[in-house]
Amino acid sequence: MGLEAVLQKDGFLTTTIDAIVAWSRKSSVWPMPMGISCCAIEMIAAADPKYDIARFGSEVMRFSPRQSDLMIVAGTVTYKMAQVVRRIYDQMPEPKWVIAMGACTSSGGMYRSYSVVQGIDQFLPVDVYTAGCPPRPENLLNALMTIQEKISKTKARDFKNRSLAELEHSQN
Amino acid sequence: MDRIKQIYNDEKLLKKLQEDRDISIEDVLENEMVINMGPQHPATHGVLRLVLRLDGETVTGIIPELGYLHRGYEKMAENMSFIEFIPHTDRLDYLATMCNNVGYVLAVEKLAGIETPKRAQYIRMIVAELSRIASHLIAIGTFAMDVGAVTMVMWTFREREKVNSIFDRIAGARFTTSYTRIGGVASDIDDQSIAEIAKFLTELEPALVEMDKLMLSNRIFIDRLEGIGILPKEDAIALGVTGPNLRASGVEYDVRRAKPYLFYNEIDFKIPTFTQGDCLARYFQRGDEVRESVKILRQCLDKIPQGEVIANNPKKVLPHKTEIYSKMEELIHDFMIINFGINPPVGDTYFSVENPKGELGFYIVSNGSGQPWKLKIHSPSFCNLQAVSQLCKGAMISDVVAIIGSLDPVMGEADK
Amino acid sequence: MNTKELIIEKVKEKFSESVEEISDFRDDLSITIKKDQIVNLGRFLKENSDLQFIMCKDVTAIDWATRKKRFTTVYHIYSFKLNYTLRLKSNIDDDPPTIETVSPIWPSANWYERETWDMYGIKFINHPDLRRMYMPEGFEHHPLKKDFPVLGIPGSLPLPNKAD
Ligand code: SF4
Repeated sequence: MGLEAVLQKDGFLTTTIDAIVAWSRKSSVWPMPMGISCCAIEMIAAADPKYDIARFGSEVMRFSPRQSDLMIVAGTVTYKMAQVVRRIYDQMPEPKWVIAMGACTSSGGMYRSYSVVQGIDQFLPVDVYTAGCPPRPENLLNALMTIQEKISKTKARDFKNRSLAELEHSQN
Repeated sequence: MDRIKQIYNDEKLLKKLQEDRDISIEDVLENEMVINMGPQHPATHGVLRLVLRLDGETVTGIIPELGYLHRGYEKMAENMSFIEFIPHTDRLDYLATMCNNVGYVLAVEKLAGIETPKRAQYIRMIVAELSRIASHLIAIGTFAMDVGAVTMVMWTFREREKVNSIFDRIAGARFTTSYTRIGGVASDIDDQSIAEIAKFLTELEPALVEMDKLMLSNRIFIDRLEGIGILPKEDAIALGVTGPNLRASGVEYDVRRAKPYLFYNEIDFKIPTFTQGDCLARYFQRGDEVRESVKILRQCLDKIPQGEVIANNPKKVLPHKTEIYSKMEELIHDFMIINFGINPPVGDTYFSVENPKGELGFYIVSNGSGQPWKLKIHSPSFCNLQAVSQLCKGAMISDVVAIIGSLDPVMGEADK
Repeated sequence: MNTKELIIEKVKEKFSESVEEISDFRDDLSITIKKDQIVNLGRFLKENSDLQFIMCKDVTAIDWATRKKRFTTVYHIYSFKLNYTLRLKSNIDDDPPTIETVSPIWPSANWYERETWDMYGIKFINHPDLRRMYMPEGFEHHPLKKDFPVLGIPGSLPLPNKAD
């Protein structure tokens, strides 16, 4: 954004709350690495010195769902695992986004078998699908940038009425 | 705010919260606690789930639960031809893809009785050893990360990236390579790849020294591992532990030596062993194996002969793509192999190779058709995990992480 | 005398009546034994001082679908002394299929037999902990049986609901 350049000139900045909230949301997406299988290795590779996901403000991989806003589902989701993925997704606070990394999560990939869920969109709302088996780290970074673009279009009040799905569970 | 009020007005929920508060301090001290670890836990290396029973901080019982990554390989293998299954072997132990590729095609070649040219065998050896290095590097890195040394994982990944770029050049993919073919390998390696491998080896050696310096001057690292998770020799054998974990317990068993495949009998290498059988020994074991692999690779690069990289056996071995598009004969053979398979004779064979994690075996039953009647994968991680319950009993809860890290399971192949 | 002849001789000496078949395909020796003798044979192979098959590498089964003896259990055992992997087989003809467990002889067989139970529905009698290995508890089918479809039976495994 070149914040320094603007501030140097006049010393202040006029903007809308929406813009500044969206901007800060988008530049500090904390991913929750839901590393299940092979794709997880490429996800880690995206964080290593060569690809360096930190350039996009997302180096803070949090293994606790409470502290993250982006779930990267990397790996084959089986029916047994689906319950766990969903539960972890439910624990993430709003606003939250999901990347389906790899062919397996997008469509079941090469596993047309009895135990693999044929696409995680059957039980999760997915924002970005990433092609590849596994997607190269560049492709994951591309997905992240797409998410950032999506986030930059959100408004601050968009998520006002959303609640933690989990609370509903415990009430029943 | 409304929401919170609503919750506090909810009697059912309030009662629930009240119940939770009714734990007195006596209960906590007297009772055992059962906690759940995983399947989404950074230290379980994938999706392993452990249920622990704790007495204070001591683990009194532990039950591993697998199956969160059960993808049904064996069922799928029965429904596809032998060639179609090669890409699936990549995803078994996805840290050492080439080793799986090599193991599988060797098993099929044994069943179908196919001879492979010497150059192809040497290339297989080279890529398998590179893969072994990559896998052990990750094992060391993530293990160190599990016990708190995060720098290490960055360093090992840096080295591993080099292997990945070599594979990218050789096979066209960073790590799901699917490089081997039944009867040979997909493509020849060129001089530049060989030069890159040689360069990688010269860079790796100082890096290994550096890593050792970093880890072994770290008191915390040593103290957390020494004497933890001791696996005596007899128990290791009884529990079916394989690979580096078995050798770290003092059993000198390596398939490359016990039943040499490829051309390992022409290569001069040692089998490192340790006698302590604790987590530290398993750490050293992997480091030493990387050094042996470097030695093997150097010899392979010297000895690799010229020649074909795929067998000339039209009924069983797929011809090269360019030939299919330009020659009638090859087109027919390609059509036959793709549609009807390679039809090995009726019978069953077991073939195993030494993978970074241990002995990977394929038991294939053929009924003479193009698809295996049964294909059983004997996966090393599965065997190694069986030792977890014994190793963790009586350990502290923080040791559990170290023990699992030292066993280095990969759930892709443990769950199949 | 080479390794294979030694094994065959030792086994024939003691189990001549129960051995159903000895085959040698592609240099793999495999001994088929009557179902009720598998534990005795296992114990003998482990404890005989000339053989010492002390490690069990693998237990699995084969579903022959149409044969009368539908299932065959397969054991791979290894001897460090002989440096040899031997295959034992045993045909099962009863329904539901059952066989005696070998886990008291080789503790590592514990999980392999659980896996075989999960995949084929073969009950291992006297097994210490016969639970499913991979599939969730409560799943009714045994996936590796030949009559189970690759794509599974719809609805047999639950999925969480998609909210929003
Ligand atoms: S998409 Fe490919 S690499 Fe990724 S988890 Fe699936 S099989 Fe593995």
